Amino acid sequence: MALLDSSKHLQDSVLSGVNPDLASERLTASFSVEKLTARLDGGAEHTRMRRAIVEAIESDPAFSRENQYFQSQNERYEAAVRRAVHLQKKMREMGWTENGPEIKYIYRWLSGDIAFLLHRVFMRSISVLGSDKQVAKWIPLATEHQIIGSYAQTELGHGTYLQGLETTAVFDIATQEFLLNTPKISAMKWWPGDMGRSATHTVVFAQLYVHGKCYGVHPFIVQIRSLQDHSPRPGVTVGDIGPKMNFEHTDNGYLMLQNVRVPRENMLSRFCEVQPDGTYVRWGSKKINYFTMTTVRISILSDEVILPLMKACTIAIRYSAVRRQSKLKPGEQEAKILDYQTQQQKLLPQLAAAYAFHFINIYLHELFDRGYQEIQGRNFDSLPELHAFSSGFKAMVTQYCTSGVEICLRACGGHGYSLLSGLPSLYTRVLASCIYEGENTVLFLQTARFLIKCFMAASAGQPIPPSVTYLSSAKPGKCPAKDKLDFLSPDVYLKAYEQMAIRLLSSNAAKLQHLIQSGAKKHEAWNQCTVQLVKAAQAHCHYITVKIFVETVEKLDNKAGIQKVMKHLCDLFALHGIFSNAGDFLYDGYLSGAQMDLVTASYLDLLAVIRMDAVPLVDAFDFTDKSLNSALGSYDGQVYHRLYEWAQKSPTNQQVSPAYGKYLKPLLQNRLSKL
Amino acid sequence: MMNGDLRRERAAATFQPELLTHILDGGAERTRRRKEIEALVINDPDFQHEDLNFLSRSQRYEQAIRKSSLMVMKLREHGIADPDEIYWFKSFVHRGRPEPLDLHLGMFLPTLLTQATPEQQDRFFMPAWNLEIIGTYAQTEMGHGTHLRGLETTATYDPATQEFILNSPTVTSIKWWPGGLGKTSNHAIVLAQLYTQGQCKGLHAFIVPIRQLGTHEPLPGITVGDIGPKFGYDEMDNGYLKMDNFRIPRENMLMKYAQVEPDGTYVKPLNDKLTYGTMVFIRSIIVGDSARSLSRACTIAIRYSAVRHQSELKAGEPEPQILDYQTQQYKLFPLLATAYAFHFVGAYIKDTYRRISGDIIEGDLSELPELHALTAGLKAFTSWTANAGIEECRMACGGHGYSRCSGLPDIYVTFTPSCTYEGENTVMMLQTARFLVKSYTQVSSGQRVTGMVSYLNDLSRQRIQPQHVAARPVTVRINDPISLVEAYKARAARLVEAAAKNLQAELNHRKSKEDAWNRTSVDLVRASEAHCHYVIVKLFTAKLSEISNAAVRAVMTELCLLYALYGISKNTGDFLQAGILTDTQVNQVNQRVKELLAIIRPNAVALVDSFDFHDVHLGSVLGRYDGNVYENMFEWAKKSPLNKTEVHESFHKHLKPMQAKL
Repeated sequence: MALLDSSKHLQDSVLSGVNPDLASERLTASFSVEKLTARLDGGAEHTRMRRAIVEAIESDPAFSRENQYFQSQNERYEAAVRRAVHLQKKMREMGWTENGPEIKYIYRWLSGDIAFLLHRVFMRSISVLGSDKQVAKWIPLATEHQIIGSYAQTELGHGTYLQGLETTAVFDIATQEFLLNTPKISAMKWWPGDMGRSATHTVVFAQLYVHGKCYGVHPFIVQIRSLQDHSPRPGVTVGDIGPKMNFEHTDNGYLMLQNVRVPRENMLSRFCEVQPDGTYVRWGSKKINYFTMTTVRISILSDEVILPLMKACTIAIRYSAVRRQSKLKPGEQEAKILDYQTQQQKLLPQLAAAYAFHFINIYLHELFDRGYQEIQGRNFDSLPELHAFSSGFKAMVTQYCTSGVEICLRACGGHGYSLLSGLPSLYTRVLASCIYEGENTVLFLQTARFLIKCFMAASAGQPIPPSVTYLSSAKPGKCPAKDKLDFLSPDVYLKAYEQMAIRLLSSNAAKLQHLIQSGAKKHEAWNQCTVQLVKAAQAHCHYITVKIFVETVEKLDNKAGIQKVMKHLCDLFALHGIFSNAGDFLYDGYLSGAQMDLVTASYLDLLAVIRMDAVPLVDAFDFTDKSLNSALGSYDGQVYHRLYEWAQKSPTNQQVSPAYGKYLKPLLQNRLSKL
Repeated sequence: MMNGDLRRERAAATFQPELLTHILDGGAERTRRRKEIEALVINDPDFQHEDLNFLSRSQRYEQAIRKSSLMVMKLREHGIADPDEIYWFKSFVHRGRPEPLDLHLGMFLPTLLTQATPEQQDRFFMPAWNLEIIGTYAQTEMGHGTHLRGLETTATYDPATQEFILNSPTVTSIKWWPGGLGKTSNHAIVLAQLYTQGQCKGLHAFIVPIRQLGTHEPLPGITVGDIGPKFGYDEMDNGYLKMDNFRIPRENMLMKYAQVEPDGTYVKPLNDKLTYGTMVFIRSIIVGDSARSLSRACTIAIRYSAVRHQSELKAGEPEPQILDYQTQQYKLFPLLATAYAFHFVGAYIKDTYRRISGDIIEGDLSELPELHALTAGLKAFTSWTANAGIEECRMACGGHGYSRCSGLPDIYVTFTPSCTYEGENTVMMLQTARFLVKSYTQVSSGQRVTGMVSYLNDLSRQRIQPQHVAARPVTVRINDPISLVEAYKARAARLVEAAAKNLQAELNHRKSKEDAWNRTSVDLVRASEAHCHYVIVKLFTAKLSEISNAAVRAVMTELCLLYALYGISKNTGDFLQAGILTDTQVNQVNQRVKELLAIIRPNAVALVDSFDFHDVHLGSVLGRYDGNVYENMFEWAKKSPLNKTEVHESFHKHLKPMQAKL
């Protein structure tokens, strides 16, 4: 509601209250929304803190995003910088700190629409990859914003495949410096955020050469702009890469380096170092340089990927309870579109997925926190497993959420296409996550490689990591379900998922072996199986997600009806997956055709059940109207008034368009009739 | 200089792309004429302008209006009057984007021609033809879309003054979305509920002046404006329109069919089904758009994949073209096959429409219901598939696909609303389902049905029983397109039957027909999809025999097989459950799909070259014909608005003061 505070007129028309169509949805909730919110936040005290922070930010007009949809790229960028600067001030005022518990709520609310996010990645990579001395030197400067950092890895011609990077850093013993160069156009750094216009420094990933020998990709801190007048440093060509599908507020940049020198101490050296005489020393796994990326993959999931899906569900489901279209019964009012089975089938599985991913995200974070501790202690044993997890789940969750947000967008018909619905920008934002931090197909194949290895190890009776022990439990069999209600038993569907995942993996392993035995080279055999290997990795991640959802539901307290409604969502998530991938479950006869009909029946029944709680289930995400920034999704459901009032503020309605005088008028006044 | 990778790709093709281009255009002569018109536009300095990606929305609208007015004049100068040729010209001028006069040219003028009386045509048509009147077509309202009967705008006849009084009684009744309404038009054809002599006579069309001629200011009683920024359609001033007791003369109701006499007596139109014809026509255009948009996306993604190198297939060797990865081929080649399939389907609908529209004029409407039902489903099927396919192409280009320089974001945002407009896709699928169920019911009661649904006739004899598959012989030959058509037919028959039976079961349980229909709608949509899929495979297969050049026919046969087999591999559940295919055959299908990817690989670039998009029309740095991607990305980026000055003003305004303060 506070969305359009500035308009008195609107307040008069909108403050009339909650749309009765939405109010009635809330009367019939089978569970306590407030309790579920607290559960999602990890406790009522967290909910309180989050709300207090949101309140503090929303009451500050400097953070308003109301005009965001009307702004040009330049305006968006400037607003993002202004907000980032203002945030520093605000944090001081409020006593919030970068390491405090508040920070995640702040950024969650800002939805990433702020500058200097890569500055944070810059700091994190120094903390993880830098020596104690480097941390002591750079982190205070960065914290005080005396320097602004970026993270320059991707090149114009090279993305996910890091070994292919072409930027070079050659060690010069005489001056004790590294000489950085962009040897050709495809080696230009391309995409790093905050780099196009803002950053003074960046971490550049380059091939390290010492005495003519290449030691692979290493990170170097490079100053790219003057700290006095912000002009590019000698040898540095830097700029913005131009408009994108979204992230218009971010100055994704290009960077070309010509004989740029940095001191020896600027190579990040927690795990390896070039000594003054040029000796190269390494203390840990080579893979450690990528650990930042591995953790970033997990850290993006919550705010950048799952949150947009939750918001999209909130908008689409509330709107579907307000929008009426056609009649279900003659003589009655037009029906809410949420009452159509086809609409439920579009939206409710996305809602279930949003919850499923919320829980898998918590699980992944616990896993990674443990892993991080171990790595800090220089124990790298869990790295392959963490790497496989981060790759596969990043790929699965981003892919699923992207398609989920798009389904929500299209489920809102024409109005979903308006930027004022909030859905296009959620979509274009979440879909970027399918590409950054590793292209999804490549990531699935990394997971597949790990799984194949584990599968082979398990077949040979060797120990395998705990997350994949199911691979050694393969027993052929048939699904025992006889009735559609049997498919509401987690044991039944989990077993089906497990069987399917094992079958896809084992058939791939057999195929690979067969190809190699018949003379194919290893890499050829691998490339020939990649389509199916991607499928196997997806099946594995899907199975684990269902499993974690089931385990989470079992642990929930059944007070306030929460366990029951979560159980419905868990069932829906699982059965929707079977329904949508029927062929994989029918193949080899684990499920029969008759059982698949039961799955379908059970799945469709669940839609009608969850429909009753759909609005409360999105209310529980507890987004404020300002954070949704959507004319369709507000809590009060005053969709049409809001859309009308907001559209009138469009610059196309405020300014006199030069088009009329210049083109329309001559056109209308008869120039054509002379032809 | 052409990029070496692309040069090699083109040299290795097994067929001549021009020959395939001729097939797509409908003959060598048409290709020649299309290119001639293309050259007229591209060589005309009046149609040059800055890259639209760097302009604000208002600037883009201004550019579009400028080009549209020139376009109308130049079309007449060049004497271009054939509808296809106008379409080509317009699409080159606007490079495949919508433009503010679309609704004037595509709806306002044609509606005058078909629904206005001769007297009305005298008053409105020539001024509109000469653009003294610019009109739009205002149907959709804020609260009402696909379900037309729900529209709330009223037109109440006042016999005392012989006027209609137009009103937007609620917020939800405000006209919302019509293109060209926001800023451009001075007239609108408004659809409103007609009230006369105290009775509602349903929806009718009225010509409503909305802006003052001369000043372009809204008329008293009219509130009109732009609905604000959208996902795409930046060039288009989609608008809102609110009317408060706005009066128009009785003669402004379009009265060729229904009429209101001076005393208020209502005269009913003769036939309702006539409007079906227009809908069929517009949907056939959307099917064609699906094909074209997907073709553009495939062109960009496949050319770029031939230029882009990444990772290693073999240790120690240079990074391979990403087009050599099986996963990349698996993403792109089925879409390429789909683009061709949709081209042929679009052409088929257009031809059929042309063939039967003669009958329609003569009052023979017998073929119309099936065509209407079929086009509803095909519109939904092709637009959904193309929509997802464009995104798949964009994703296949990795990070650079996300940059607007790739052209892919633009193709997507321009195309995606076609899933919604001219009938929301799910609703369209259910319309087709209604026809399928009706046909099934006819067959069940012993009647025979004809046309694309004639396979339902076999059901009554054969009784497909999904649970007793062993009894049925499996005869699908996976290398024979004709046999695959049979497999798709069997799947469609099975799903139509299952949906019809489930519907019957619901009817047996419940009182209301509508409830039963709603509770079966997921099944019904699946049945429609299967039916459309069958029709497409059938039409693609039928096209093969018409191709005379052996090399082209060979490569089209491979694509047709890929289209059919890929569709099976994505829907194995349906084929397994119905017992149409065995596990072993599913394996063979999957294997064959992968073999076909490798077979098509050498022709991939030639196959997109055959679509023959000019670089200017394609609007993509990644998809350039010469493949010089990276140099041109850098050149493009330098023109970005953020790069106007070496140090951005935000530094002085925000960054510097912050650093000073901290």
